[in-house]
Amino acid sequence: MTAPSTTAPRSGAGNAITDGLLVGWRNLKRIPRIPELAIFAILQSIMFVLLFVFVFGGAIQIPGGGDYTPFLMPGIFAQTIVFAAATTAIGMTDDVNKGIIDRFRSLPMSRSAVLTGRTFSDVIYNAGILVVLMVTGFVVGWRVESIPALAAGFLLLLFFAYGMAWLGVWLGLMVPTVEVAQQVIFTVLFPITFISNVFVPASTLPSWLQPVAEWNPTSTLTAALRELWGNPNPPVSNSLASTEPALVTILWVVVFIVIFAPLGTRRYRSMSR
Amino acid sequence: MDAITAEGLVKVYKSRKSEVRALDGLDLTVGEGTVLGLLGPNGAGKTTAVRILATLLKPDGGRATVAGFDVVREPDAIRRVIGLSGQYAAVDENLTGSENLWLFGRLYQLSSPEAKRRADELLEQFDLVDARDRVVKTYSGGMRRRLDLASALIGRPRLLILDEPTTGLDPRSRLGMWDVIRGLVREGVTLLLTTQYLEEADELANTIAVVDHGKIIASGTADELKSQVGGERIEVVIRDRDAIVKARELLARDSGEEPTFDEHTRKLTVPAHGGAQTLVQIVRDLDEASIHIDDIGLRRPTLDDVFLALTGHASAEELANEAAALGRTA
Repeated sequence: MTAPSTTAPRSGAGNAITDGLLVGWRNLKRIPRIPELAIFAILQSIMFVLLFVFVFGGAIQIPGGGDYTPFLMPGIFAQTIVFAAATTAIGMTDDVNKGIIDRFRSLPMSRSAVLTGRTFSDVIYNAGILVVLMVTGFVVGWRVESIPALAAGFLLLLFFAYGMAWLGVWLGLMVPTVEVAQQVIFTVLFPITFISNVFVPASTLPSWLQPVAEWNPTSTLTAALRELWGNPNPPVSNSLASTEPALVTILWVVVFIVIFAPLGTRRYRSMSR
Repeated sequence: MDAITAEGLVKVYKSRKSEVRALDGLDLTVGEGTVLGLLGPNGAGKTTAVRILATLLKPDGGRATVAGFDVVREPDAIRRVIGLSGQYAAVDENLTGSENLWLFGRLYQLSSPEAKRRADELLEQFDLVDARDRVVKTYSGGMRRRLDLASALIGRPRLLILDEPTTGLDPRSRLGMWDVIRGLVREGVTLLLTTQYLEEADELANTIAVVDHGKIIASGTADELKSQVGGERIEVVIRDRDAIVKARELLARDSGEEPTFDEHTRKLTVPAHGGAQTLVQIVRDLDEASIHIDDIGLRRPTLDDVFLALTGHASAEELANEAAALGRTA
């Protein structure tokens, strides 16, 4: 063992891309080993679909006409992606508490790889969940106008997932335990997904709440998807959030990344304090 | 050159209500190819010291070098030459043994085939070949600890830092771990080891540094430390209380010093300057005087005695609960 090392490490503090891919590989490798996580994420979304389509669906009128199911499905996809921040936060907190982050930090690897690896692998994970949900959507009667529109909507969802992953990284590093991560995430995310146009048309909300619901990133994402896919999309007003929902959504994601990527990175760096 | 040096390390953990000085001017030196045992109760500052030396934590004061590199200014250079194995097995429990080693090898910047080869070697060396393709969740505590140590060795570090490598292991696994560590030391690895078990420091380390309240309060070889609290002594438990006065006189004559007496246990203790010879003389005299004894023995000081003498309080376990309140990080 003490023989002169033939495996002298390369110089520098690791390669950011290779190391990021390795961390991502590790995160993805874990998913089938803890199948409960993915299964319950999917079941939860399917539960929302069934609850709203069969329980509330009959009572909810879409202004301007249209069926409830095609109205609901884009919102369900958006809600699922918003909750993806929880997956990231819980994964991050768990890694800190299990000592894996310390192991990474004691290795001569790229400093940024842990966070980039985490955010990229969570986007891939969410892509998988979305595919399953979309198949479920087709089964209950959701349809899209064209394949390119479907692809564009899918990409928009993944871009949004990337922004949410950075929010998750930051939250995950702020809280002490996985239990607290869950509590915080659900307290923050439930209002975000419910004060929106996901389950009911935003125009049915009290008028003071309508602008909040209209500009809520979950709503703009949902409205953008409905518009892209030709699903019922009742407008709230003629503000930018209603007329250009895709553009507003992209701006939201940029804002998320600009705020939470540096915050998360700074938090990660300050672990040595 | 010294493998590790630390001068006046200070680390203060602040919370809203209190301030804990986890390190309060800690000095350390570990020579190339030697084993230093950092011994102290929970909360003494061992883990904090280790985390600073492993570049996981920045000190608030003082300076430290590892393999000649400064811990604050050159952390990357240090990470390339050390192996760290912590108190809480930092392996991924949802990866298999070989996946863990391969991943850490790659992140140590080995090429994929090199990492693979090195992982195979280590699985062999640590007796984990049969478990290589099982996820770590299914491993026993001892196997996890061995995998954790193997992970620390993936890059063939010259310098190994082990933080309480056997805490929480059953006695059998602990002995197994000791064998593994002795093997590494024989091969010339420099080792810094923390432990709250005196016996472990005695078994594995060349030099022991006793740490308490964030400072080194004594250091030296186990024998040097033991001689600080005096040499051998004889302890006699007298059966009959009436015979104690007489026994006391005999012991004082044979050893040349006044014995101490513990009322509760009826135990007389006296220094044994003549070693076993003094013991024989005392047995003979007590027998001649027809004084019945329940127990007699020549006792060498243990590191427990050392610890008690140095710190004024008992070793590890009693203090563990109290110290735990100060937080695991301390």
